[in-house]
Amino acid sequence: MTATPWQAPKLDDTLKVAIHDKMVLGRATEEMLIRMMRTGHGYFWIGGPGEEGFNVPLGLLTKKGHGPDFDYLHLHYRSSATILAMGGAPIDILRQMRSTATDPFSKGRNFVNHFAIKPWNVVPVTPTIETQYATVIGTALVQQRHGGDGLSYVTGGDAGSAEGDFWTCMNWSTRPGRELPVLILVTQNEFGISTPANQTQNNLRLNERANGFGIKNACVDGNDPIASWHALVEAMAYVRHERKPYCLQANVSRLYGHSSSSGANRYDEPDCVSLYEQRLIRENLMTQAEIKAVWDKHNAQLADDLQKVIAEPMPDKSQVLQHVWHEGPAGN
Amino acid sequence: MANLAQAIRLALHYGEENLGVTDIFGEDVGAPLGGVFTATQGLKTAWNTPLDERGIIGTALGIAYAGGKPVAEIQFCDYIYNVIDLLKLCGNVTWSSAGEYSVPMVLMTPVGSGIHGSMYHSHSFESIATHIQGWKIVMPSNPKDAYGLMLSAIAEPNPVLFLAPKALMRQKGAELIPGEPADERTLHAMIDAPLGDRSDWTPNWPPVEDYRVAIGEAKIARAGTQLTVVTYGRMLPLSVNAAETLAKEGLEIEVIDLRTIYPFDLPCVKASVEKTGRLLVINEDTEVTNFGEHIIRKVLDEAFYSLEVKPELLAGLDVPGVGLAWGYEQNSVPQADDVLAAMRRLATERA
Repeated sequence: MTATPWQAPKLDDTLKVAIHDKMVLGRATEEMLIRMMRTGHGYFWIGGPGEEGFNVPLGLLTKKGHGPDFDYLHLHYRSSATILAMGGAPIDILRQMRSTATDPFSKGRNFVNHFAIKPWNVVPVTPTIETQYATVIGTALVQQRHGGDGLSYVTGGDAGSAEGDFWTCMNWSTRPGRELPVLILVTQNEFGISTPANQTQNNLRLNERANGFGIKNACVDGNDPIASWHALVEAMAYVRHERKPYCLQANVSRLYGHSSSSGANRYDEPDCVSLYEQRLIRENLMTQAEIKAVWDKHNAQLADDLQKVIAEPMPDKSQVLQHVWHEGPAGN
Repeated sequence: MANLAQAIRLALHYGEENLGVTDIFGEDVGAPLGGVFTATQGLKTAWNTPLDERGIIGTALGIAYAGGKPVAEIQFCDYIYNVIDLLKLCGNVTWSSAGEYSVPMVLMTPVGSGIHGSMYHSHSFESIATHIQGWKIVMPSNPKDAYGLMLSAIAEPNPVLFLAPKALMRQKGAELIPGEPADERTLHAMIDAPLGDRSDWTPNWPPVEDYRVAIGEAKIARAGTQLTVVTYGRMLPLSVNAAETLAKEGLEIEVIDLRTIYPFDLPCVKASVEKTGRLLVINEDTEVTNFGEHIIRKVLDEAFYSLEVKPELLAGLDVPGVGLAWGYEQNSVPQADDVLAAMRRLATERA
């Protein structure tokens, strides 16, 4: 991998169609995960159906690689579409859902969508919903010293932004003369598990909290992948070149509730995938038949993937003792 | 001889120069203070943070993720409780990522009583810390071990919690650190910042050398045959002093300085108990769910039939804090007389 300066791809018609492909892949994968949960092929589902309109552009705009020249990703558990847009294999997500020994992210130890991919600077995802806002400071600090245009981004929800680490991130990334290249992302779906955000937050424009720290910020319709693309291009360009933080809120839908815990049933909220498909048809970029072919392609592949995953081994009991300690030289 | 704070400072300097330490940070850790106990004075990678423990631990983990080697400090362990989930995260990253990531970081924090620290500068933390899996935990009782344990902690690919017994920070050692000047006044002139304006001051580091105390290795601080005392940190010198007093009464007490609390040196403890038939564990932490209970349980598992009398734990009183008044602290945390009495009683108890 090289450390050449990052240039955002040109958002042409080909890319617009490619975005659709990745959004469908993300949605189809999440719906497969829910089916796995319902059919006994996984214990628990949590994920991000409804966030593809924002998360796919995010993945495509990520400077992917290992080390401080590249972007560090401090994700939360609704980020599958970002990983898939970066080139992640859906079958690996199915493996984590089924807790197989072949799960490359945790060997069956963690919930689905809890990624850990060192070659892409994806640091381990945790269910804590806030700690990623604290750990992002460290990778950004290393990048600030290192130079280049790599940045660290962190994603979380509106509920997680109520935690102290959200404020920690803004404070540490704006210390005078020590500003950090952090992109602070909040996907606002207006719920914290079952609690409506308007019961817990006075101002649902959470990005405006950044004003108190002098952090440039914006809010975008996360159901619109084109608007999200442009908002991310602007935010990332600022962070990459100014080496200062930026806070971007994306208003998104939560189409299947919080997780298995709320039944994972479909909710009547705006669907970024179908909205985008209507737009692609309207702009003569795709036909209904072509759109259907995309869905069929991914669903067929996921069905094949599931059969493979079902046949794969589960972890042996003895493996529980592996990796308690890191053996070998230190360093990431 | 260096005192314990100076020894930590020398070790961190060695770590900066030779072991890849990139950041030493925490509240008041950088200039001008260099730590409330001066353990980080004059270090080239030391910097001050916001008064934000969560930011300190999160930043350390992020630096480790990005290939750095951080040494973070929580100013007193009494203020560490709001970062428990981050400590849990540091400890589970390697396991939960199936070995994808390691966490080479050191977290140091002063612990224990003995400085009239009252409610929030006197806690112990080792018992809670040992419930946070994935960490190695060390606590020195003298400057040379502090130096050697710190170098090992820095070189360790896993997170290490370095507990510094605050009451011993100004205690001088009996042995020189390799490379340390023989004259302590010379050392003082070389590495201690002057009082007052120190903006132009830089340390003149002595050529300290690589010296490691392996994590997981205890030391027999005093050999004996009639009772095994397992202790660490501030309780170690009290225990050795008591053993020397009792030697005049004809009682030969073996005192083990655990040095590493987790994973602790069970073979060393077991071998000693098999020799003496008696076990007393001493520490400052509160007695309920005390780490000493774990030591006793492991000895019961592995050396039950070697025991001649029931093993005992001498620990802190189960009260919410160490009170400021002299009598409160004396009655909350084991003192020299308590140590002496417990050792005499157990060594002479009829089998």
